Amino acid sequence: MSTARGPQPSGSRLEGRRAAAGWLFITPVLVILGVFLLVPVLMAAWVSVSDWTGRGSPLSGSTSFVGADNYRALVLGGGLPTQDFGMSLRNNAWYVFLVVPVQTALSLLLAVLVNRRLLRARGFFRTAFYFPSVTSSVAITVVFLFLFSASGAVNRLVGNLGANGPNWFSDARGVGHLLLGGVGVDRAPSALADHGFVGISWWDWLAGPSVAMTVFIVMAVFTTSGTFMLLFLAALQSISDEIDEAAMMDGASPWQRFSRVTLPMLRPTLFTVTTLGLIGTWQVFDQIYTGSQGGPAKTTLTPAYLSYSASFLSGQWGRGAAIAFILFAIIIVLTALQRFVLRDRGTPRRRRLVPSSSSVVPAGAAPGPATEPGGAP
Amino acid sequence: MRTTRTALTALLAGGALALTACGGSGFSDDDATTDPGTTTDEGGELTVLIGSSGDAETDAVNAAVAAWAEESGSDATVTVASDLPQQLSQGFAAGSPPDVFYVGTDNLAAYAANGSLLAYGDQLSNVDDFYPALVDNFTSGGKLYCAPKDFSTLALVINTDAWTAAGLTDAEIPTDWAGLADVAARLTTGEQVGLTFGPEYQRVGVFMAQAGGGLVSDDGATAVADSPENAEALTFVQQMLRDGALAFPSAIDSGWGGEAFGTGRAAMTIEGNWIVGALRNDFPDVKYQVVELPAGPAGQGTLQFTNCWGIATDSANQAAALDLVEFLTSTDQQAGFADAFGVMPSVQSAAEDFRSSYPEMTAFLDSADFAVGMPTAQGANDVIGDFNGQIEGLADADVAAMLASVQTNLQAVLDSQG
Repeated sequence: MSTARGPQPSGSRLEGRRAAAGWLFITPVLVILGVFLLVPVLMAAWVSVSDWTGRGSPLSGSTSFVGADNYRALVLGGGLPTQDFGMSLRNNAWYVFLVVPVQTALSLLLAVLVNRRLLRARGFFRTAFYFPSVTSSVAITVVFLFLFSASGAVNRLVGNLGANGPNWFSDARGVGHLLLGGVGVDRAPSALADHGFVGISWWDWLAGPSVAMTVFIVMAVFTTSGTFMLLFLAALQSISDEIDEAAMMDGASPWQRFSRVTLPMLRPTLFTVTTLGLIGTWQVFDQIYTGSQGGPAKTTLTPAYLSYSASFLSGQWGRGAAIAFILFAIIIVLTALQRFVLRDRGTPRRRRLVPSSSSVVPAGAAPGPATEPGGAP
Repeated sequence: MRTTRTALTALLAGGALALTACGGSGFSDDDATTDPGTTTDEGGELTVLIGSSGDAETDAVNAAVAAWAEESGSDATVTVASDLPQQLSQGFAAGSPPDVFYVGTDNLAAYAANGSLLAYGDQLSNVDDFYPALVDNFTSGGKLYCAPKDFSTLALVINTDAWTAAGLTDAEIPTDWAGLADVAARLTTGEQVGLTFGPEYQRVGVFMAQAGGGLVSDDGATAVADSPENAEALTFVQQMLRDGALAFPSAIDSGWGGEAFGTGRAAMTIEGNWIVGALRNDFPDVKYQVVELPAGPAGQGTLQFTNCWGIATDSANQAAALDLVEFLTSTDQQAGFADAFGVMPSVQSAAEDFRSSYPEMTAFLDSADFAVGMPTAQGANDVIGDFNGQIEGLADADVAAMLASVQTNLQAVLDSQG
């Protein structure tokens, strides 16, 4: 570019000046990111390998390096810290495992529904579905506390149907154990009871979310589906009608048009939604802080809440920071894994939908996802 | 300059953990080290941070601090914390804690261990007036760290209408476990359980004390959770749960024992003296009577809870802070706090006045004679939290296994104290 604009020296000076201007413009953001993100992260990393007691600066002389002691106490110690951490991982793993698929599917369904031109009062439904997302999670937690209290609206409803609802927020029984109990397995086989992972026996890992945690799962699906619906809706509206019409002309059924044409084109959004869902669900904190403080019987304890309580309530700052970093690692690994699963597999396999020689998917439509920036690994 | 630096450090303390947007510098070594035994006296305004139970307490503390400010000529402001341990932690980390603040027995060891708390017990002029059991609660490593603010004990609260409706008389007020189980069963009807209390060591512990058990040995060095006495106590509670005469509040739609008692879902509850104010505010029509808890196999026993007035090592005004604490714990002020929000004075000189002003609360004050405090070792709170989680499932639990796990966890915590 510079060659086209006269002599070399002046061009490079111009570029230098441009670069300086560029740096000038990004400096505020760099400073803000550095001060508010990079420095705290580095400090927390230091705290997680130190014996900082919470008084004065962690960088002062009285704080010393303890290596991986905090991490070891959490993962290999076998004592109460390990059990608590294992418990929080178990609770949160089930939470993620159930919330992410359900909220993704539900938000996609809602988006498809409110995207239909035939639907009357689309604006109303879009607003209604999005409403839980703009409400404060603390307020929603309080509402759920009332709805799911022992004699709350939900149990009244269940009672009218002739069943006895559980005492939701104080029921520590695991749903997995309840299901296993239903098929007659109510005692742990010794193979599962005697071995475990992070201080929790395999039998307890199988317990599934407790009844109390199930309420938080329902709540998470309820509150976040609206946000993700909006993302899917935006993506759906960017798919032009001609593509759908072309598929229709090729004789694809409505389901085929959705699963073979629309869904592949939504893959970048799908990646965004699952990634955001994964990160959000692993960091669940405010609902727990407001709603249950980890109870009953620690079955709603999550790593994020444990990190807070270990540091602020128990004064174990190093351990709290270590939990935060292990959580960070878990999120990174799972996001990478999910990226791998949702990666673009080169040219999409073309399957014939109708027995004819012409390819069903129009040539212009098929590479669509491949050219989207978000889809490329 | 100093404010900027401390503000930045305060930001940093919050952000360091949450990995969220908060941060700052504070790279300098700004430990405000104070030689033990000396007090700072730089003047300036005192800040007081309290964790209030409600408007009554806030107003009373505000009035008392204002009275002191008037008298001493110094300024002081009271702030009500929304989350006291968190706000204190941030203050300690930033090197700019409040000068005077509430400290609970569960946080004492952590704050004492990292040097945040000034051990001013030896400079306190009215130290001999405090109940010795309370002084023990705030003594760590042989030093009294802070002056007990007030205290509470647990007693048996009986709904007198339900009592007479069940055909019971004063002669049947339980004095032993068999009597308690008997009246609880007779008070249990379709709509009402005989007895309720929260599923936590902070309630169940009274039975352990009555059986002669406990969690920590008298010298505080050994865990004694795994004892036959404790097993006997938990088995007794378990049996009442299974009989249906005892139900935890959450099982009868209540947040805590006082609520279940006030709504009439339970005829008796084991609660502390705070229930008097709560019933007056929320359920003024409920008629009740407070009696000492029944004796167990090893005699009478109950639990006591207390807070103290902590002074920060990093405070620039320790002399004034100490003066304020002496003012707040004086006999007159404590009587005022008792009037305002129903706490029991921590000084013995206020006891007689309390007895005559509040005859209905004497059972709570009399229980102080046989009350035991909560374990104060750093980390003991986590163990009790874990124990509480297991107590929630007490009805179906294996008592021996439960106590064994508490024993292991508690001993690990005590060993790590060194």
